[in-house]
Amino acid sequence: MDGSIDLMINMGPQHPSTHGVFRLVIWVDGERIIKSEPHIGYLHRGSEKICESEHYAQIVTLFDRMDYVGNLNSELAFCLATEKIMDVDVPERAEYIRVILCELNRIASHMLFYGVYGLDAGAMTPILYAFREREKIQNLFESITGARMMHNYIRIGGIKEDLPGDFQKRIVEVLDHLKRGIEECDALISKNEMFLARTKGVGSISGSDAIDFGVTGPALRASGVAEDIRVTDSYSIYDRFDFNIPVGTYGDCWDRFYVRVEEMRESIKIIEQAVRSLPEGDISASVRRIVRPPKGEVFVRTESPRGDLAVFLVSDGTDKPYRVKVRAPSFANLQALEQMLQGAYLADAVLILGSIDLIMGEVDR
Amino acid sequence: MIGGIIGFVGGLAVTLKSAWREPVTAEYPESEKRLNLEDRYMGFPALTWDGDVGEPYCTGCMVCVRECPTQCMSAEMKDNPLYPLKSRRRKIIDSFEINLARCILCGICVDVCSFDAIEMSHEHELSKYERNANRADLPSLISMGRDYQKKIGWNPRNPEKNNGLPQVEEGGLDSGAGEAVEVEE
Ligand code: SF4
Ligand code: SF4
Repeated sequence: MDGSIDLMINMGPQHPSTHGVFRLVIWVDGERIIKSEPHIGYLHRGSEKICESEHYAQIVTLFDRMDYVGNLNSELAFCLATEKIMDVDVPERAEYIRVILCELNRIASHMLFYGVYGLDAGAMTPILYAFREREKIQNLFESITGARMMHNYIRIGGIKEDLPGDFQKRIVEVLDHLKRGIEECDALISKNEMFLARTKGVGSISGSDAIDFGVTGPALRASGVAEDIRVTDSYSIYDRFDFNIPVGTYGDCWDRFYVRVEEMRESIKIIEQAVRSLPEGDISASVRRIVRPPKGEVFVRTESPRGDLAVFLVSDGTDKPYRVKVRAPSFANLQALEQMLQGAYLADAVLILGSIDLIMGEVDR
Repeated sequence: MIGGIIGFVGGLAVTLKSAWREPVTAEYPESEKRLNLEDRYMGFPALTWDGDVGEPYCTGCMVCVRECPTQCMSAEMKDNPLYPLKSRRRKIIDSFEINLARCILCGICVDVCSFDAIEMSHEHELSKYERNANRADLPSLISMGRDYQKKIGWNPRNPEKNNGLPQVEEGGLDSGAGEAVEVEE
């Protein structure tokens, strides 16, 4: 650098592209980013601490609000942890319903990513398509759980109430619609030369680097590592379904984008299999409303739409947990951002940030 | 270059196709143009009304108050003036308040209530003209509840237990209804 001074640029905390409240400090030399520093904590609500003063059943509502786009997946993580420590067997039907809803939730979450990513790239149209598709899922959720987002539906030992009578009919409609929608979304920008030029080769990270940073989920799979907790450390009943793990090659923004599009197709496969073999029976094991798990600790990993969502739960035998630690995928994925931004153009910073699909509620908890 | 044009035109084709579709959005403030709510929709909690007796189901046992994760409710009970001749409930709700702005619509209060006294209504709008209007008091909660009961044709889930009419036989009277009960465990 011939005596030039680096320019420091503040992105956020109220920047429209930061997907929440998030501040990114970037030092640039000309157009190139030479250093970056994420600042988090603007959305910190102390959820983990609040968990220590709430009953187990009440904590489910807090998990809803951590990853507020993949609510059901977060609920599931906590309920699995509690069930494991209490050694409760969840009825088959509840397991199937959980899987169906979680996968629908994954599609909804990826749809949101798809739309917002279009916005990040400067395309206004995709979000309108994505939201139209997502709305179908939200409506179905509303008819099943009673809420569009904060469901509080997955409960310790099962689920809140059985599926409504017209579920079979509606799910078929929704799946049909989604299949068409995903193809349409794919056709809309995935082959667009301008989109490709902006995302291919941008913000690459190698598989080994990604693992070192603790990156999980679609962001890791985009770098060519076929690691999906649903398969590699299967929980619930995911081992009964036949689906692929889409992987990318270069770990660039395009791969991260396309892995998610592919994942939506895989999720549809899972839902179809689950709906076909949905058994009859109970929807909840008999657990008390106020549970008092025995002393001990458990660690449960699940695959949320953003990656490895793990819950570490310590019980001291009372009706409130002693400690709830959440390993949030967004938080870990965010750490790789510095590496991805290194040497990229300033104009691509928003795209790279968007491609990790951060949910700030989960990063800050 | 050619590939680029094909990809671009492919995207445009999708846009063109959807130009002829029906719109999926609805207009908000006009009630007849809005989207329908599902039956299970969880709006604000509201108190149900026992039309047979002419009093609310709620006995003011405060189980829901204790179990609410956001502590947004408060309740007080009183001796029921209609007991025992007209009603089976010994105690009845005296005042009830839910801070709707604080309620997170989780439905836990409905789950824990063993008297079928509270339901998630379809009410969901928070904009009010007065500063305090989102602190719903007993009459407004009951009117919300009655609207909801009418709308969906509500029936108590547990009619034998929560029927408020006084029983004829001796001993059948006040089988626990109206007592402050501990949280079911
Ligand atoms: S739990 Fe039911 S009966 Fe008791 S105070 Fe709440 S609403 Fe009333
Ligand atoms: S719905 Fe939840 S937050 Fe609202 S009053 Fe009931 S328990 Fe409290």
